Amino acid sequence: MGITDVATEAHGEGTGLVFHPLDQFKVTPLFGDGPVHWYTITNATLWMALAVLAIVAMFVIGSRGRAIVPSRGQSIAELFYGFVYKMVEDITGHDGVKYFPYIFSLFCFIFFANFLGLLPLSFSPTSHIAVTAVLGFGVFIIVTMIGFVKNGIGFLGMFWLKDAPLALRPIIAIIEVISYFVRPVSHSIRLAGNITAGHAMIKVFAGFAAIAAVAPVSVVAIAAVYGLEVLVAGIQAYVFTILTCIYLKDALHPAH
Amino acid sequence: MADEHNTVEHVADAAEHAVDMAHGAEAGGAAMPQLDPTTFSNQIFWLLVTLVVIYLLLSKIALPRIAAVLAERSGTITNDLAAAEELKAKAVAAEEAYNKALADARSEAARIVDETKAEIQSQLNAELAKADDEIAAKTAEGEKAIAAIRDNALSSVTDVATETAAALVAALGGQADDKAIAAAVAAQMKG
Repeated sequence: MGITDVATEAHGEGTGLVFHPLDQFKVTPLFGDGPVHWYTITNATLWMALAVLAIVAMFVIGSRGRAIVPSRGQSIAELFYGFVYKMVEDITGHDGVKYFPYIFSLFCFIFFANFLGLLPLSFSPTSHIAVTAVLGFGVFIIVTMIGFVKNGIGFLGMFWLKDAPLALRPIIAIIEVISYFVRPVSHSIRLAGNITAGHAMIKVFAGFAAIAAVAPVSVVAIAAVYGLEVLVAGIQAYVFTILTCIYLKDALHPAH
Repeated sequence: MADEHNTVEHVADAAEHAVDMAHGAEAGGAAMPQLDPTTFSNQIFWLLVTLVVIYLLLSKIALPRIAAVLAERSGTITNDLAAAEELKAKAVAAEEAYNKALADARSEAARIVDETKAEIQSQLNAELAKADDEIAAKTAEGEKAIAAIRDNALSSVTDVATETAAALVAALGGQADDKAIAAAVAAQMKG
């Protein structure tokens, strides 16, 4: 809120140089100006819904033809399917394949939220730690549950490295436990941080475009950062998914 | 929030102002909309709704459909490959049959050629032998005729020589002795 005030004042002064790179992350009600309740339809709701629509368009409508020789849309849907399926199968092995729909859903949500967030005037749900934390801790909780259900108490053997010297094992176990619990934190902050940083950077460069002398550099910089952000949008979806697969592999095969 | 508001100073210089803005944003870490806890429940609620919808749509409709298409396609490709393999084997067999037929035809042709050659040769030999015989007969006949003609001619020469000799002797005023003249002519003829 401080920033908005600052911005208003800057406008009032008429200096032309206005920085409020974080405004784009504000969660505001879509209709009216009331407070944001848990059920309020906000811009976050809108862009998540658009992600759902994009997923429906690509995977439900795209695969409608069920053609042996696929149409363009169906080819893309199959490409995504094959890409994630191969990732899950390669990393987790054959018994991880039954979790493929869950992993694929995560991948699709992050992928489409990231790319829709690159549209001008859009909102990126994945730039919010609240969202990515739910995703990250969701993976953490589910994977841990799978680990205990599949391996029972033996799942704890993951922290007790048999091939380490006996004296070092307790220390390694402590480190392993800490790193295990840090996983969801890094998992979620990595995604939100990447998206936030890129979007904020574009806004900062855009702010400099108000100075005529710097404007060309600024525009070129925006284009460059935007290109980088396109990469980041895809790569972060990929990274989130592949880490999910790796965690799942640890839960299914804790003995490595 | 109010404190932040106060930190903003009115500065004339635009660049300085910008730096101040940046400071304002950094100092007011709580100003990051991501860290505003009043919006958490909203986002989490809608995120869960979104995830559930996506999961249901994908796992119930899209993914089985795509999996079926991919399975069907790989089945079709396998079948097509098998069919292609079969056709290829057929083609190879057909080629072999063709080559065999060709080889058979060649050997048959060679055989016929040989047979015909032998036949022609034997006919030729027979004809040649017949022609040789005919030629030999004709030659013998000719030789006989020539011999007859020569004998005839010889006897004629003897007659002419005898007559001429008798005439010459008479012309020279001699008395022709027929026996002596005949003997002289015979001696001349031998030499």
